[in-house]
Amino acid sequence: MLAPDSVELADLAAGWRSAYVHIPFCRRRCPYCDFAVVAPGDAGADDIPALTDRYLAALHTEIEMEPEWEPLAALNFGGGTPSAIGPQAIAELIEHIGSRFSIDPGAEVSIEANPEDVSEELIAGLVAAGVNRISLGVQSLDDAVLLALGRSHTAAEAVAAMEACLPDLSVGVDLIFGTPGESLGSWRSTVDQTLALFPHHVSAYALTVETGTQLWKSVRDGAAAPDADDQADKYEYLMLRAGDANLVRYEVSNYSRPGHTCRYNLATWGQGEYLGFGLGAHGHRDGVRRRNVRAINAYLAAAERGDRPEAGSEVEPDPEVERLILGLRRTCGVDLGDREQAASTDSGVRRLIDAGVVAIERGRMVVLKPLLTDEVGATVLSLSA
Amino acid sequence: MTDAARIRNFCIIAHIDHGKSTLADRLLEVTGAVEERDMRAQWLDTMDLERERGITIKANSVSIRYKPEGGDEYLLNLIDTPGHVDFSYEVSRSLAACEGALLLVDASQGIEAQTLANAYLAIESGLEVIPVINKIDLPAADPERVAKEMVGILGGTTDEVLAVSAKTGAGVPELLDMIVAKLPPPGGVSDAPPRALVFDSYYDTYRGVVCHIRMVDGTLNKGDQVRFMATDVVAAADEIGIENPDPLPLAKLHRGEVGYLITGIKEIDLLRVGDTVTLATHGATEPLPGYSEPKPMVFSGIFPTDGDDFERLRDALEKLRLNDSSLVYRAETSRALGFGFRAGFLGLLHMEIVRERLEREYDLDLVTTAPSVEYEARTTDGIVKRVSSPQDLPDRAVLESIAEPYVKVMIITPSSYVGTVMELVQQKRGEMGEMTYLSPTRVEMHYDIPLAEIVFDFFDQLKSRTKGYASLDYEPGPYRTSDLVRVDILLNSMPVDAFSTIVHRDKAFQYGRRMSTRLRELIPRQLFDVPIQAAIGGRIIARETIKAKRKDVTAKCYGGDITRKRKLLEKQKEGKKRMKMVGAVEVPQEAFISALRIDE
Repeated sequence: MLAPDSVELADLAAGWRSAYVHIPFCRRRCPYCDFAVVAPGDAGADDIPALTDRYLAALHTEIEMEPEWEPLAALNFGGGTPSAIGPQAIAELIEHIGSRFSIDPGAEVSIEANPEDVSEELIAGLVAAGVNRISLGVQSLDDAVLLALGRSHTAAEAVAAMEACLPDLSVGVDLIFGTPGESLGSWRSTVDQTLALFPHHVSAYALTVETGTQLWKSVRDGAAAPDADDQADKYEYLMLRAGDANLVRYEVSNYSRPGHTCRYNLATWGQGEYLGFGLGAHGHRDGVRRRNVRAINAYLAAAERGDRPEAGSEVEPDPEVERLILGLRRTCGVDLGDREQAASTDSGVRRLIDAGVVAIERGRMVVLKPLLTDEVGATVLSLSA
Repeated sequence: MTDAARIRNFCIIAHIDHGKSTLADRLLEVTGAVEERDMRAQWLDTMDLERERGITIKANSVSIRYKPEGGDEYLLNLIDTPGHVDFSYEVSRSLAACEGALLLVDASQGIEAQTLANAYLAIESGLEVIPVINKIDLPAADPERVAKEMVGILGGTTDEVLAVSAKTGAGVPELLDMIVAKLPPPGGVSDAPPRALVFDSYYDTYRGVVCHIRMVDGTLNKGDQVRFMATDVVAAADEIGIENPDPLPLAKLHRGEVGYLITGIKEIDLLRVGDTVTLATHGATEPLPGYSEPKPMVFSGIFPTDGDDFERLRDALEKLRLNDSSLVYRAETSRALGFGFRAGFLGLLHMEIVRERLEREYDLDLVTTAPSVEYEARTTDGIVKRVSSPQDLPDRAVLESIAEPYVKVMIITPSSYVGTVMELVQQKRGEMGEMTYLSPTRVEMHYDIPLAEIVFDFFDQLKSRTKGYASLDYEPGPYRTSDLVRVDILLNSMPVDAFSTIVHRDKAFQYGRRMSTRLRELIPRQLFDVPIQAAIGGRIIARETIKAKRKDVTAKCYGGDITRKRKLLEKQKEGKKRMKMVGAVEVPQEAFISALRIDE
């Protein structure tokens, strides 16, 4: 079995085809969230069940419109809250995608879920539908922090959900650190309790203030903003403890046990190609990056007309540099390819090496201080062949 | 031609806002020189900037024909004078072109320091001064108190003080009669070779340099070959005439008249304020007294924010100089700010005006370094070097002493602020001179203060500490040796030339602290700890540290949105491009600009 942070696995992942299906419905809108989401109270979302039916129909239409492709190594349901539409709807989508593109026998079929949605029935339904991995939106095991994040579950529910899923699924736990008001002790406790359950995978993201969100508005109006140093401390704590649960960091924010890396994730950073279905979804196929519309009405109208609900598409002008900036997020770094010469003479790269931020060995650039990956990316962007 | 006996040449001495331009407008209107429909507010102030700030920078003149009831027609030439201490040489030349002056004082304010300084200058130059109180229509007017103050300075009795309202026109006809009756006609010799004083010159895109001249002796004819005596430039008098107020070309200008002269010469540097015009052949041998070269007092580095704008900045300075011979500059290179210029100005206002004109009229974004004065550095081998940029200070090993320019300062303040003013002056290393009570409530105070202290923030401090009541005037004094040091600011052990400054040793620590604290706030965190140090020679006097940046990575990519991720990085990359590298430290341009701002 390949190590999560190995070059071999990363190279393999770069060739995987995957698909992403976006389910936008949420019980409420979390104040920090910038995904394409439909929540009660939104304009035109008075009747969520009816809207959900129309949406699922539109999704199937969109899947039907996508030209045939090679077999998929990963299928990922994200949101929004995919668990909200129930296992039956998930099963039908997996079925349709499988018949249209075919799914590799060993493929990862993954779904995001909120802890409060997890039940024996849900797990059984998902397993029956072919799902083998679940990504739980735990975020924190501190009720005060969960409240601050606007989440509708408690720490106890989150622990129960993890325990319920572990026997039957590959479990990924999603955590958020650096919420204003979260103490270092609180975060340590969240990490310690999570690792004690031995999940297969942990994703930990620093809380980010995205423009236009509720969080952004309150910070603009004077509320405390996340502090970069505090987040760095917390990031380092997880990095230090992950090994206790046999977790290996394979990307800036992602840890897994061998055999449980998130394929869709690793493929994305390997510049792999994927299909994107649903509201605001992004696809990458035949070198073209396309994105769907983010407004639910526009999405439905397009699909119901028989048009692709596309908002736009782009062709990367310099795919090599894109490969570098994406690949740098991986622990194993990236092969510099035809930019090796440029990197060896670039003053920006020299600065990064001098400051111990990156190392270059045998033609690969590896980021040694993952929290400064954007600094590295901005420098690498300037490297020409 | 008007008989010289019926010419009156005069100026108006007034503080900003005391109504000089309004009175000039009223004089034009009452005498019918300008039709009411052509009136635009403030005829004399032609430059936009002047109108906006309500001040006069370039002198102007206007000829008015006035016929007193039952009398002959008189030609009244109003010569406008700049109203700011930076332009005292120009003021003195304007005064030299007059026989009389109206001392105009706001009835609610009383006399201010600059007005008083100019009034003294007028009296010393032998001008007849008519005291006039303006704005008597204002509710807060106290003409009696102000009249007493004026009499205290000029002598005479309060009956001789004229009360007017330039706004309503009250008292203006009486003032015109007083000008005719009290001011002497021009002197000079009619049949001598012509001599004319250049009291102003400006560049006009279509006409070349236009000189405002005052005929002192003889007659000047259109087409004469004339010589500018100080610069020894010879040219043909292509056009001569008067302005009443629009230009009116004439064949001759006679003794006592005020008018303009156009020669076709395009370089303003050749036709300088204070110079004497005579004939090229059989001209006068003695120039008129009082000419001096413009002498910059304040120096500052001017750099384009965007290095690519250097050529545009050079062109803009060249063009500005066409119209402003007192502006001097030379190329300067700063490691921190790139290519730019070191420019010399008559004073702070002049500096601000030049900067504003460069930014406004030439659409340039500029960084200007802290203003400095010109020091005299004496080295151990006895050589004295003039230093207007801290970079040019000789090495400490050979530096024996530094002398700095002092100025003689006059401050007029309500007596209740005497203590406040003394305290401020002491902080600014000033030496107390005479103190005179103008009235029981107003005091005239004299000091010697280093110019460097004045150019920094003295004026603002004086204004704010006296709630705007004190006023200030100064004139250059002699150099004095002081305990001065150069403070360097080091970023990651590299000196940043743009932040070096020469200050008194007692203030070095304060400067070092302020600059390093400010830079710590302005410079973003780097990949490593960056020390900021203030140093005198090898000795560190203040230190701050910018802690290394630990996190900049943005969160997950949203639903596979690589394009957005890429755009974020592109933005960051563009940000990097705008950074100036100081050694290994990336400093945003804005940090330089903000740190160099002196108004905080």
